[in-house]
Amino acid sequence: MQSQNTSLWKPAIQSGLIAGGVAVLLSLVGMVATFNQRFIISGVFSMGQVIFLAPMLLMSYFFLRKTMALSSQKIVLYGLLIGVMGGLVLVLLVLLGTNFNLQAMFINSSSKLYDILTFNQPLAPGLMILLALSAVMGVLASGSFLIPPRISAAVIQGITWVLLVGLLRDLIITVTSRWGPLAGPVKSLFAVSGLKPLGAIFLFALISGLYYWRNGKPVSPAQKPTQTKDRSLLFWAKWAGLIILLLLLPPILGIFFSDILDTVFMYILMGIGLNIVVGFAGLLDLGYVAFFAIGAYTMGVLTSPELNADPMTYWQALPFAMIACVVAGLILGLPVLKMRGDYLAIVTLGFGEIVRLLALSDWLRPWFGGSQGIQLIAQPVIGNMVLNTQQELYYLFLLGVGIVAFIAWRLRDSRMGRTWMAIREDEDVAIAMGINHVAYKLMAFATGALFSGIAGTIFAAKLQSVYPHSMNFLVSINVLCLIIIGGMGSIPGVFVGSLVLMGSPELLREFAEYRYLVYGALLVVMMLTRPEGLWPDARRKLELHEEELEAEAHVLAEAETSAMKSAK
Amino acid sequence: MPLLEVENLHTYYGNIHALKGISLTVEKGEIVTLIGGNGAGKTTTLRTICGLLKPREGRVKLEGEDLTQYKAHDIVYKGIAMVPEGRGVFARLTVMENLEMGAFSLKSKDQVNKNIERIFGLFPRLKDRRSQVAGTLSGGEQQMLATGRALMANPSILLMDEPSMGLAPVLVEVIFDTIEQVNKEGVTILLVEQNALMALGVAHRGYVLQTGEIILSDSADKLQKNSTVQKAYLGME
Ligand SMILES: Nc1ncnc2c1ncn2[C@@H]1O[C@H](COP(=O)(O)OP(=O)(O)O)[C@@H](O)[C@H]1O
Ligand SMILES: [Mg+2]
Repeated sequence: MQSQNTSLWKPAIQSGLIAGGVAVLLSLVGMVATFNQRFIISGVFSMGQVIFLAPMLLMSYFFLRKTMALSSQKIVLYGLLIGVMGGLVLVLLVLLGTNFNLQAMFINSSSKLYDILTFNQPLAPGLMILLALSAVMGVLASGSFLIPPRISAAVIQGITWVLLVGLLRDLIITVTSRWGPLAGPVKSLFAVSGLKPLGAIFLFALISGLYYWRNGKPVSPAQKPTQTKDRSLLFWAKWAGLIILLLLLPPILGIFFSDILDTVFMYILMGIGLNIVVGFAGLLDLGYVAFFAIGAYTMGVLTSPELNADPMTYWQALPFAMIACVVAGLILGLPVLKMRGDYLAIVTLGFGEIVRLLALSDWLRPWFGGSQGIQLIAQPVIGNMVLNTQQELYYLFLLGVGIVAFIAWRLRDSRMGRTWMAIREDEDVAIAMGINHVAYKLMAFATGALFSGIAGTIFAAKLQSVYPHSMNFLVSINVLCLIIIGGMGSIPGVFVGSLVLMGSPELLREFAEYRYLVYGALLVVMMLTRPEGLWPDARRKLELHEEELEAEAHVLAEAETSAMKSAK
Repeated sequence: MPLLEVENLHTYYGNIHALKGISLTVEKGEIVTLIGGNGAGKTTTLRTICGLLKPREGRVKLEGEDLTQYKAHDIVYKGIAMVPEGRGVFARLTVMENLEMGAFSLKSKDQVNKNIERIFGLFPRLKDRRSQVAGTLSGGEQQMLATGRALMANPSILLMDEPSMGLAPVLVEVIFDTIEQVNKEGVTILLVEQNALMALGVAHRGYVLQTGEIILSDSADKLQKNSTVQKAYLGME
């Protein structure tokens, strides 16, 4: 036991050094200085400080979480060690930066940065504070393993919420200002930048209190086995609640958030389609944006008076756009679906680019408008209401998503869905059972194309214009990423993935140039900690835990053998 | 007329000449085994019969009809089903769904249900695990499932590719017992094996395959006594 524990010193030191390295990196790319004036708790600590101290806290937390059953002394010691090592790396940076001019290499290595890192104190005491605080961070993480789990979970929730709310102050005030009587009290929690100290304490107490209380609620045995009738009632009540909430979102959230929601829902629409192609049928399509473009452009060509003496309305053009997408899906699919894996990815990638280049070309300018795109695209009209604000268009996206999600969900549980899954798992075996794999793949491909095209038509109507440059490769990649983040093959996963992937960059807008750094870091962390996605499909989870399965199957086999032997 | 007749089959992987003129026959009601070492071309033979590989030369005939003209996914409709090497169960589908997939070629729902009952009679363990996903079954159960799945198509001939692979000896015996039982119920079987001892134990006749060529064919009893077979495949000196 003892020897096993001592062997952890080295990894602990390593972790500390890595944490310090991350803190140094974040300092040198300029994040620390940029967010120094951005207070989380007004006058107490700023976002900048969080950025260079958090690595120690997080590293220590994850390190200790991985190692099991240590004595409490050891927990504190390792936490302390990680904090101190991280702090030492930062101290080294300050010493280097104040004695040598690093600015030729690192533009952000300014005296301002070092003032921040030494908390505006003279060098020696400043460094002491830096080191001490880093150590405190490490030990703080240890603390969460020493107190009862229920308390530590509540505290972690409290801290997380304080950080988030402090960070998103401006957005929260904008949104809540619409909430009448609630606006005043909410605003009183905040200072000019970040939360007021009292506000932070209140928020922390509220959140951790609520969390503590909720976690401890005893489940009375009489309550648990609800009758099936009650349960289905509860099921419908939940759905009804969710739908009402979704319908009320635009007025609750206001224009800014409605616009984000439009983007999120547009990507959900595409994500559900691509999820059928990649998640269900296992066809890696990297040119998915092509169908989005075809939908948008068909809408543009048919409804814009620029190109048309007698333009159609949105609803008249919609069926044509849908047909165009399905046909395009079939035409592309037929030659490529006989290919496997990598080839398919490359060919579809090429197809996406071809579609974009065609839209951009001077040659087709009379029809597609070239680089100028198409303007004056029709907006959907319902009754005598024109859907043209972000909030109104949200309902159109919501309707589209609702229909498409329902179809996808039914497809998954149908014979067709299982056939796709079979082809994905073992194509040859599926063929040997009589499955015409090309036909089934084509169906997946065309369905995906259709859903993407529908998203394209709403996109065109929302902007009233389409440009070739909106149809770039990044769209395909974003859709693929959100599926992976949500969980391959999982329909709720598409919702979560889109919310995280398309929503969070909008919320992080304030981070401006660091947006994609943060975003990338989030992705890496997520893939390391939850490779199966945020809301994985129950069956799909298996795939990523194959080793465990194999081990389990091995145990089963042994049991099986001995059972047989004893039976004989 | 033999049920299955393979004539002078030549199959290539690119330039690799994997089957060099294989001919064999399987009569209705027989168990015929094709034995041979690793890389001899056993799997290639079965995949060519199933249409998954196109032969460059030669014929595969079922009841006299040439099958090489058909697409791979039409072969099962003609009455050939395969239990693939390494079982190839659909890991994320349940036992029930795997069996239903096996009956993809059947039109009548009643027939499917009848077949499922029959498979559950043959492999009671599958019935207990009907709603479990196949990836969580043990090796023996997966082999039962793969066999049951192939039988779901009501094949007139069942091709089995190394059913004993990776199974404990006791389980191999169980699997071979069911092979005999299935055969007694009227299904003709072409059994590919490396485990010559077991295969010759259940088969009526056998062929020995070596680097893409049939080097011996005889009744199972005679092959067991053949000195070449004993040396090369039965581990006797
Ligand atoms: N996909 C493939 N590509 C190229 N060569 C292959 C392929 N599959 C099998 N072969 C070659 O064909 C020969 C026969 O293989 P196979 O039929 O799998 O043998 P067996 O099933 O008897 O072990 C071997 O030499 C093998 O290397
Ligand atoms: Mg083989």
